[in-house]
Amino acid sequence: MTRSSTVRRAPLLALYATFVFAFIYLPIVVLVVYSFNRDGVGGFPPRHFTLGWYTVLFADSSIWNSVLNSLIVAAASVALSLGLGLLAALALDRAGFPGKSLFRRLVLLPLILPGIITGLSLLMFAVFSGLHPSLATVFLGHATALISVATTELFAGLQKLDRAQEEASLDLGATPWQTFWRITLPNLKLSLIAAGLLIFTLSMDEIAVTFFLIGRDNTLPLEIWARLRRGITPEINAISTLIFVSSVALLVIWYHLRARSLGARSPEFLEQLGETS
Amino acid sequence: MYSRAYKTLVSLPPLVWVGTFLLLPYALVFAHSLWAVREGVMVHDWNLDNYKALLTNPLYAVVLFRTMHIAASVTLCAILLGYPLAYYLAFHAGARKELLYQLVIVPLWVSYLVRGYAWKTILGSDGVLNGFLQYLHLTREPVGYFLYSPFAVVLMLTHIYTPFVFLPIYAALEHVPRPLLEASQDLGASSVQTFWRVILPLSMPGLLAGATFAFVLSLGDFLAPLLVGGPSGTMIANVVQSLFGAAFDWPLGAAISVGILVITISLLCLGEFLEKRWAFQ
Repeated sequence: MTRSSTVRRAPLLALYATFVFAFIYLPIVVLVVYSFNRDGVGGFPPRHFTLGWYTVLFADSSIWNSVLNSLIVAAASVALSLGLGLLAALALDRAGFPGKSLFRRLVLLPLILPGIITGLSLLMFAVFSGLHPSLATVFLGHATALISVATTELFAGLQKLDRAQEEASLDLGATPWQTFWRITLPNLKLSLIAAGLLIFTLSMDEIAVTFFLIGRDNTLPLEIWARLRRGITPEINAISTLIFVSSVALLVIWYHLRARSLGARSPEFLEQLGETS
Repeated sequence: MYSRAYKTLVSLPPLVWVGTFLLLPYALVFAHSLWAVREGVMVHDWNLDNYKALLTNPLYAVVLFRTMHIAASVTLCAILLGYPLAYYLAFHAGARKELLYQLVIVPLWVSYLVRGYAWKTILGSDGVLNGFLQYLHLTREPVGYFLYSPFAVVLMLTHIYTPFVFLPIYAALEHVPRPLLEASQDLGASSVQTFWRVILPLSMPGLLAGATFAFVLSLGDFLAPLLVGGPSGTMIANVVQSLFGAAFDWPLGAAISVGILVITISLLCLGEFLEKRWAFQ
């Protein structure tokens, strides 16, 4: 008997699943539709299709400044958390040191703890060490919190790595340094790219930690946040639609990369949430 | 196989970084909770007054209780939505399984703020839902209580955490050995019995992992209440946030944070303990 013939039909359950999908996607659909509505957010049905809100958005320099700020913070966070996450993953995979299991749990804490705690603890640290809230402190917060994601993704990559290749390289006279650059790193390429994309997305979207560390220059989510206090306009729908489209684009890249070697799967850190606490 | 120098080189930088920018800041939260504010200035005057205030002022208990209530509602709703969905995908979706699975993952990548904002535009008194109800002539006046209520917070957080709850449950259901189900049926169990006696117990670790996660993250959320909660939807983390802002009482805010931290970590440990117990059965 093949698998597919054992699949039994369950119409009620299928209906319920459709309902859940509708619940998950309805807000996103509404958001996108109303970004093209001339008469603003709300009212039903939406009438008068317009691209006007996108025109307003593209002329809005403070939004684009905040996008630039977010891109800078995200790029810097990717670089730093990937670097430190790689070392942390190597350390967890290969080195024994006192407090190793404590370290493993500590690195993962920002994933599991409410963002407000990580945010205000870093605010206290900034005040304590005389740093002024700015994009630099935001970067510090993002990079530190996201080491957790880099470490889980790269540790999973290392676990799948074929140790024999490294042993062979060392036996054949390569230095540990050469082995690292020529064997370890190329084998981790996919995990590195995947973790990088994930960290980039999470940093672009981060609010809870940023909230406490932001100075005069806003990141994109904080700029949107500030505008929401003044009331809602379809311009926010327009930028939200663009954020949605870019997130999905990054996700498609992710799946493409993952599917090539491992079969498409969800991010490692999500799978480990239940296990690593 | 790896030399001492290699091991030191890879361990030292992350250890130092995490120690400085994670452990030290968390320790500072604890230190602040033992300090005080006198005449608008924070003084390093070690005492337990903040904790005493938390335990004696009923206001904090009220907010904490409401927070727990909201977090529990979110967890329950997310399980009620996520479990059947995971069950459907694992056992009945057939060839569409992979596609549907990816469709659940997509929203996880979509900005928290974007999704919260979407709910705000739907629930508001000039919002899409009110427009829709009036269009159908179900209501004449805009309904005001959709937005700015604990209900709105529960709805928004349920929307955010349902995919998170779905994931571990789905993983657990996928690992249920299929021959067990056949054995159960061959031995005369109905499909309802098979669910309660075989599938549910085997998926319990995944259910617990998802539930713990949804509960803990809802418990510490302060953005959803600000976005859609209004005064009646204020949660414990909002109290912390206001103490760090306008109300300027960092020590008291830090004490509440330590409280949240203790509750969170206890729940995570409890969740882990229960998962292990179920896994061994």
